[in-house]
Amino acid sequence: MAPVVQITDIHKIYDSGEIPVHAVRGVSLDIHRGEMVALMGASGSGKSTLMNVLGCLDRPSRGTYLLDGINIAELGRNELADLRNQKLGFVFQGFNLLARTTALENVELPMLYGRHRKHSAREIRERAMHCLEIVGLANRYDHFPNQLSGGQQQRVAIARGLVNEPQVLLADEPTGNLDSRTSVEVMGVFQKLNEQGITIVMVTHELDIASFCKRNLILRDGVVVRDELVSNRSIAEHETRRLKEAEAAAKLIAHNAA
Amino acid sequence: MRFTNTFRVSLRALRRNTMRSILTALGIIIGVAAVITMVSIGNGAKSMVEAQVAALGQNLITVMPGSFSSGGMRSGFGFSTTLVPEDFEAIANDVENIDGASPEVRDSQQVLANGLNWRTNVNGVGPDYPYVKNWPLTAGAMFSEQEVKSLAKVAVIGKVVAEQLFPNEDAVGQTIRIRNLPFRVIGVLGPKGVTPWGSDQDDIVLVPYSSHMRRISRRTSVSSIQIQASTPEAIDKVKVAVEDLLTQRRRGREPDFIVRTQEELANTFTATNRTMTLLLACIASVSLIVGGIGIMNIMLVSVTERTREIGIRLAIGAHGKDVLTQFLIEAVLLSTMGGVMGVLVGVGASQLVAHYMGWPILVSSLSVIIAVGFSASVGVFFGFYPARKAAQLDPIDALRYE
Ligand SMILES: Nc1ncnc2c1ncn2[C@@H]1O[C@H](COP(=O)(O)OP(=O)(O)OP(=O)(O)O)[C@@H](O)[C@H]1O
Ligand SMILES: [Mg+2]
Repeated sequence: MAPVVQITDIHKIYDSGEIPVHAVRGVSLDIHRGEMVALMGASGSGKSTLMNVLGCLDRPSRGTYLLDGINIAELGRNELADLRNQKLGFVFQGFNLLARTTALENVELPMLYGRHRKHSAREIRERAMHCLEIVGLANRYDHFPNQLSGGQQQRVAIARGLVNEPQVLLADEPTGNLDSRTSVEVMGVFQKLNEQGITIVMVTHELDIASFCKRNLILRDGVVVRDELVSNRSIAEHETRRLKEAEAAAKLIAHNAA
Repeated sequence: MRFTNTFRVSLRALRRNTMRSILTALGIIIGVAAVITMVSIGNGAKSMVEAQVAALGQNLITVMPGSFSSGGMRSGFGFSTTLVPEDFEAIANDVENIDGASPEVRDSQQVLANGLNWRTNVNGVGPDYPYVKNWPLTAGAMFSEQEVKSLAKVAVIGKVVAEQLFPNEDAVGQTIRIRNLPFRVIGVLGPKGVTPWGSDQDDIVLVPYSSHMRRISRRTSVSSIQIQASTPEAIDKVKVAVEDLLTQRRRGREPDFIVRTQEELANTFTATNRTMTLLLACIASVSLIVGGIGIMNIMLVSVTERTREIGIRLAIGAHGKDVLTQFLIEAVLLSTMGGVMGVLVGVGASQLVAHYMGWPILVSSLSVIIAVGFSASVGVFFGFYPARKAAQLDPIDALRYE
């Protein structure tokens, strides 16, 4: 089967400033359906830049990108928007939820722009609610982003990315602002989604988070320097249990010490 | 995207900033309310003056004595004593296109009746007078041609006089004494109110002009002759005919009369009034435009402030057109809501003003339609530029915007 994402010799050069920045320098990559890929690398190595290209938010300066067999370069502004709406889910580095808008309405947003489906207001509501359930936030549906913790906002953003049933979910540092326990929770959600067949590409700085994925890529100065399968994959469920036990033990020690 | 979705998105966006939305709309509210109130005030004042002028009579032409000169000294208008009942008779008989005419001899007398007395205007007039002055009777009847010829001692009294002299009884059939002569009351005039210059027209007693001149005032000249032309178009013709006739009757003497049409009188009032209305409407329109610029200002600020929001929407799959429509709908909703509120406030204010001024309430539906239509177009016009600016943003740039 053809890969969902197929990029060949992608370059991205920012020439807005005085000196052009060559952020991505020739990346070629095939990602197949059902993969779960972690993209790692130092700060400034071009991870977000590459993700923006993969998410069809930005066009590469050079190279070709076939998404599900479609050549991105041939699409116009509106066709790209439709593609983002239908085939891709994007979880941004900084959540990017609409302020003063409830969690539910934030999740509904992509469906309001859905072009191929004609949902009724009730169907839209139900679908959004279902996605909030998947990320475990159904009880907070009427909360505003400023009433939610960072991890909860991140999960709302994930629910929004899921709502149009994308083929590929792209997440830029989904656990960047989260404590280890919540990070594991989010990874649990991702693993569950991946089992249901959604291809996931995510950026992370942390090795132990990357170990939840099936494949790790390391980027340095805009080129892929390592591409390997994870041999000893972590399973979120187990990790959560382990963390809980550790916490309980810590409490016990504190209790004994007192 | 379906229009209803965009509409929902716009409503949500407005609701998210309720306070700002209200403040933005306030400019339009004030503008529209001002336009409607000002135009209503202008219309109310105009109709008031028109009603008063119409109450004087319809298609009315008035002949007044002019000036006279004796020994090189010239008097002002109204002092000549050469306008006589024969002039009136000649006009009534010879001038065409008139529906009625009546002389008027004005005087002031003490009137006694019923052990009460009252000083009032006692005017000698002809049988056509109530008709010419558009002044129907509420009881009894006007005196006839016959009673004029026979110098009958009959009177038709105004509402105020009837109330003063016959507070508890029917005035018709009673007798009043003027200069110690008994006059039988044969009719009561309906209420006519106060003139634009402030005198109470209902404080009046009408007697046949012949009786007045012979028995009461002993005058030989009349104070004026009132003529009603049959149609508004005939007024000028009648005026010329009257002037010709009277000039001819003067046989080469210096003309000692002036002929005025009601229009000439009314024009002075309505012209000032029209200028006022126009002025008020202009001032109000300026505030409406200022309100529109307020909307544009807020929408522009809002586009900048909401760049991130726009970026998110575009990233998630909104077309530029969706964003454009959203912002346009927001602007139009704001301005139309403002317009509707403004109409309510304006109508309320007009009612208040009308109540205090005793005017008829005259909110012209045209001014309402224009004000609301204009405010909606203000929304489109001033909303378009910011909306287009928003729609043309690049998703990635908008997302990076701090
Ligand atoms: N809009 C831009 N204009 C100019 N240069 C840019 C722009 N965006 C990113 N860069 C540059 O491109 C390079 C790669 O940036 P990128 O954001 O992809 O890094 P990253 O790997 O995501 O880093 P981090 O882990 O800190 O998020 C950096 O040197 C950065 O300065
Ligand atoms: Mg980054």
